Amino acid sequence: MDQCLPPFQVFLEDHLDPVRAFLRGMVGPTDADDCLQETFIAALRAYPRAHAGNLRAWVFTIARRKAIDHQRSRSRRAQPVADVEPLVDRANSAAPADAAGVGMSPRHSEIWAAVAELPPGQRAAVVLRFAVDLRYRDVGEALGTSEEGARRNVHEGLKKLRRSAAELKEMTT
Amino acid sequence: MTDFVEALATRAADEGLLDVAYATLDSPVGELVVAATDRGLVRIGLPGEPLDSVLSQLADGVSPRVLSYPRRLDEARRELDQYFAGRREHFELAVDWRLSHPGFYRRVLRETAKVPFGEMITYGQAAKRAGSPRAFRAAGTALGANPVPIVVPCHRVVRTGGDIGNYGGGPEMKRFLLELENAL
Repeated sequence: MDQCLPPFQVFLEDHLDPVRAFLRGMVGPTDADDCLQETFIAALRAYPRAHAGNLRAWVFTIARRKAIDHQRSRSRRAQPVADVEPLVDRANSAAPADAAGVGMSPRHSEIWAAVAELPPGQRAAVVLRFAVDLRYRDVGEALGTSEEGARRNVHEGLKKLRRSAAELKEMTT
Repeated sequence: MTDFVEALATRAADEGLLDVAYATLDSPVGELVVAATDRGLVRIGLPGEPLDSVLSQLADGVSPRVLSYPRRLDEARRELDQYFAGRREHFELAVDWRLSHPGFYRRVLRETAKVPFGEMITYGQAAKRAGSPRAFRAAGTALGANPVPIVVPCHRVVRTGGDIGNYGGGPEMKRFLLELENAL
């Protein structure tokens, strides 16, 4: 027999903050709240069929899917996906206003923009490891990869972020 | 947190995904938890019952889709406020009986729901009205498991001979409610 599912309210209170942190990393602070509602509505819809033992990985899987859907619909609305330049510009120009809204320094918003440039798998892994503070095993579980796969994704992501940080430094000095 | 949960619950209710809505309510006997489904009031948690255990009971017994959504409890909260203020003798709330055992237990509760404000019956009388005159102990058990106390007024069922008997919220709360109704 399965474990009993906790009341949805309890599940929500347990996972709201980490899922919000994850979505901020995935789609940025402005759009995170829309994705957050989409995530928990989808979770509520499927909740009676969820497995009580693995709710955290389950909800991150939904959140990641919502973040990807969101990015797809945004890039459909805006520019061809291949053209990254406008995305970078928008991330940089929109960031200070966004950043003020969530209490971030301009420096933070630059990191944010760099994180947004990572491929989705690496971005999700980096955000789960550092913004949500999950262990590699749990990152893997949430992203449907092995612990090793999660480690590799984080490693590759960080390498790119370091490169962006170095470029940023060159630009500002 | 609260704004987000409110917006989420509102949308969930609109989309038919909110199976159990609950709210808390301050009353002279302490904080009550009230919960409703689309069929009606399904649970009242008395002070002393931890919120977590009331919510878990709802999740297991009705549906795990339980969310804080006070709006759906507006009418129940209004009637309970009026009752405690001495301005209401009869509840007009629909009751969802799902958390009571069907059969004799539920019949005891349905009969108890008909006992008027300010009146009392004995456990034996409750058993008799439910169709089993000698089952007064089982009637006590049924009343002890009343999922919607106050609205289904199990406090109006007392022992033969003047002792008011047990109550889920403690005998003092039972006495308080009976005094509120000028029954003692």
